[in-house]
Amino acid sequence: MKSAVLVFPGINRERDMARALKLASGNEAAMVWHAETSLPDGTDLVVVPGGFSYGDYLRCGAIAARAPVMDAVRDFAAKGGLVLGVCNGFQILCEAGLLPGVLMRNAGLKFVCKEVHLRVERSNTPFTRGYNAGQVIRVPVAHGEGNYEADEKTLERLEGEGRVLYRYCSPDGTVDEQANINGAAHSIAGIINERGNVLGMMPHPENHVEDIMGCTDGRGLFAGLAAHLDRAA
Amino acid sequence: MKARVTVTLKSGILDPQGKAIEGALKSLGVDGIASVRQGKVFDIELAGADKAKAEAALKQAADKLLANTVIENYRVEVLG
Repeated sequence: MKSAVLVFPGINRERDMARALKLASGNEAAMVWHAETSLPDGTDLVVVPGGFSYGDYLRCGAIAARAPVMDAVRDFAAKGGLVLGVCNGFQILCEAGLLPGVLMRNAGLKFVCKEVHLRVERSNTPFTRGYNAGQVIRVPVAHGEGNYEADEKTLERLEGEGRVLYRYCSPDGTVDEQANINGAAHSIAGIINERGNVLGMMPHPENHVEDIMGCTDGRGLFAGLAAHLDRAA
Repeated sequence: MKARVTVTLKSGILDPQGKAIEGALKSLGVDGIASVRQGKVFDIELAGADKAKAEAALKQAADKLLANTVIENYRVEVLG
């Protein structure tokens, strides 16, 4: 697995992400500055990390989504390359048109910073193969704008095509209003694009990968990606 | 040339900020407020004097960056 982590001004989770990627694959991730116009040779995973790119000016992720490096990411995704966006990274991928919909202000109006439970909806994707379908994992969230919304037709398509991979749930896996921490449509925490090679998710799996963090439930995502890419290589 | 681009949320899009402002206005006792929707205003200074060109540039700016047309509408006004 040869991953590239994009770095925009105001991003602050890039080192956590690089550490999680190294733990899973043994390889150092390349850190790629937003002004670059190409990705390092041999890149097989692009990660857009979390933070507050450009101070969330205009709309979360809006300015980062138009950075020069994003054209290279668009080409990479069009060729089937794997792209993972977490938190601000999810917002950036939506603004860049790589994923449908938009992340709105949390329905409760407050920034939510806590551990949540997610139900893994499918295991037969590169982004979830480290888990079992229906498995409940515990990961942190930290966002003010994570309320996923899209028009009814888009939501129907996402559901019909099995493109919702992660959903907010209670510790026993129940998806209900109470567990839906930000009011997201259909309790959506993470979705993939039509082709299945771009994932955006609000929670931070990279922050639950080592024992010292108190939980290692996030490991499955990175281990799954590493297994997928090493088999493909 | 001066221009203004106004970006507003499409109807039906949840606007928690507008709702909060609406609640605050009501609690301040401002009479007759039925509802509030929050938007954005961009005051833009343009080089050149061609109005049609200015409108085209502003439309491009709004489509490419200023508005997310999934959830927002925009209006372009060249103020002269």
